[in-house]
Amino acid sequence: MYLLKEEMIAHDKTINIMKTDIDTESVLQIKNLNVHAGDHHILKNINLRIPKNKVIVLLGPSGCGKTTLLKCMNRLTDINKELEVSGHIYIENDDILNTSTNVPLIRQKMGLLGQRPYPLPMSIYKNVAYGIRLKGVRDKKMINYSVEKHLKEVGLWDEVKDRLHHSPGILSIGQQQRLCLARGLAVKPRIILADEPTSALDPISSKIIENLFRDLKLNYTIILVTHVLRQAVRLADNVVFMSNGEIIEQGSPQKLFKHPKSAKLKEYMVNGN
Amino acid sequence: MFSDISFTERRNMNKRKIIEEKLFRVLSAVATYSLIATLAFIIILIFIKGFHALSWDMVFKAPKGGYYYGGEGGVLNAIVGSLYISIGATLIATLIGVPAALFINVHLARYKRTQNTIRYIIDALWGVPSIVYGAFGFSLMLFLGMNASLLAGIITVALLITPIVVRTFDEVLCTIPKGLYEASMALGSTRSEISFKIIFKQGFPGFITALLLAFGRGIGDAASVLFTAGYTDLIPIHLDEPAATLPLAIFFQLSSPIPEVRERAYAAAVILTIIILIISLAARFLSKKYTKTNLK
Repeated sequence: MYLLKEEMIAHDKTINIMKTDIDTESVLQIKNLNVHAGDHHILKNINLRIPKNKVIVLLGPSGCGKTTLLKCMNRLTDINKELEVSGHIYIENDDILNTSTNVPLIRQKMGLLGQRPYPLPMSIYKNVAYGIRLKGVRDKKMINYSVEKHLKEVGLWDEVKDRLHHSPGILSIGQQQRLCLARGLAVKPRIILADEPTSALDPISSKIIENLFRDLKLNYTIILVTHVLRQAVRLADNVVFMSNGEIIEQGSPQKLFKHPKSAKLKEYMVNGN
Repeated sequence: MFSDISFTERRNMNKRKIIEEKLFRVLSAVATYSLIATLAFIIILIFIKGFHALSWDMVFKAPKGGYYYGGEGGVLNAIVGSLYISIGATLIATLIGVPAALFINVHLARYKRTQNTIRYIIDALWGVPSIVYGAFGFSLMLFLGMNASLLAGIITVALLITPIVVRTFDEVLCTIPKGLYEASMALGSTRSEISFKIIFKQGFPGFITALLLAFGRGIGDAASVLFTAGYTDLIPIHLDEPAATLPLAIFFQLSSPIPEVRERAYAAAVILTIIILIISLAARFLSKKYTKTNLK
């Protein structure tokens, strides 16, 4: 399988074009991403650039592929054998779908916050320390410092500092969600992937999480999946509207919601409100 | 819709629902309490019949000459043999069964068909009668040139109880939410870290249940050890020596025409029940202690 000289040159040119096409200002780039589950085409030729330190909201009706797109970004789609993923997702110039890099290391670049919190079966302290230990930190003082720092970062430290060795079960669902966020931040991710993180929370807890996202975007890029239009308006720097596995429209919330171009977004806005 | 139904019809409907509800409750309660009553009856019967023969000598002494004809001594040989065999077999079953259950749930999570085939095979193994395991163990023993011994008994009982450990633990692991796997994976944990640091910890009460079921089956089974462990009045010291077991001790004593010896059989059954009770309580205590931080 030797390549001819012309073919090799053409091959190198293609690679160079692909490399120069990668936007260095973007923390994550998706190119020609397609996901199939048998005959069902779940994501159709997705192309997307996620800029640094912004909140990007993936908006759309149920089943439009938002969560699948999010799971592609940290390769949680690998768990499902039925899903066939093709295309490119670049993080720091590394194509995570076609890389030899260890998948757990790729996942550590992205913290995931699910629809409902899943604290690990260990104490509040160990939940946060778990992520730190995964990064290879063994020094007890360093771990203590990091646990305190990340619990403070999510505004949970004052509420749990006297109960660090208790089960997370004693916390409210909102507090558990913030604990999961602190645990995710302890792994030092570049991006926070949030899949409807406030859907199981009461309005007060939701507001706390939203405020946290506003603060966290100074240091992290946040990709948020939501159904709630108002939440998108409140939080988003950019909104990506999806329907039926495709990106229909994207832009700033002001532009997108004031002057929607597509009929699907208009219809979604009418029903969503 | 309600306007189409008369007041009397509605009242009759309500009455029927109330009767149905009461009937179902009574039937369920009868089923539950009759089960508890049966268990209580068995234990009480054993205690009543065996209490007179129960003595310190019986627990702390091995049989002396003519024990099975009413002579002096006890069943220490069978107690020790049973504990050796069931603890050894449970240990082997755990070493094989726990990684197997974790492998099915974590590593084969993507391969549903393979998962189901393996579960089907293990279920079939669970259903095989213990006498078949005994016969298999006996053939294996002859093939390897071994005599009836503690080791042969341990291996045969381990074969018998490994499917119990795997499937019981596996059933508990199935109830762990997928979100916990995803959350652990998203942190960058490897599958081994997820298996042993998170999923095993979350499924620990299920592991204890699996252990108890397996130990209970192991210590109480007579057919699998009949040909493989043999029977002796001596306490085994080495793995290649034959070992007596409590179920066989009960069987031999119960077959005796001497009433006094038959009473001792019930006393041996009391000892077996107490051993299982102690192990069960200890396991529940451990389970509670080590799952304090688990989410319920």
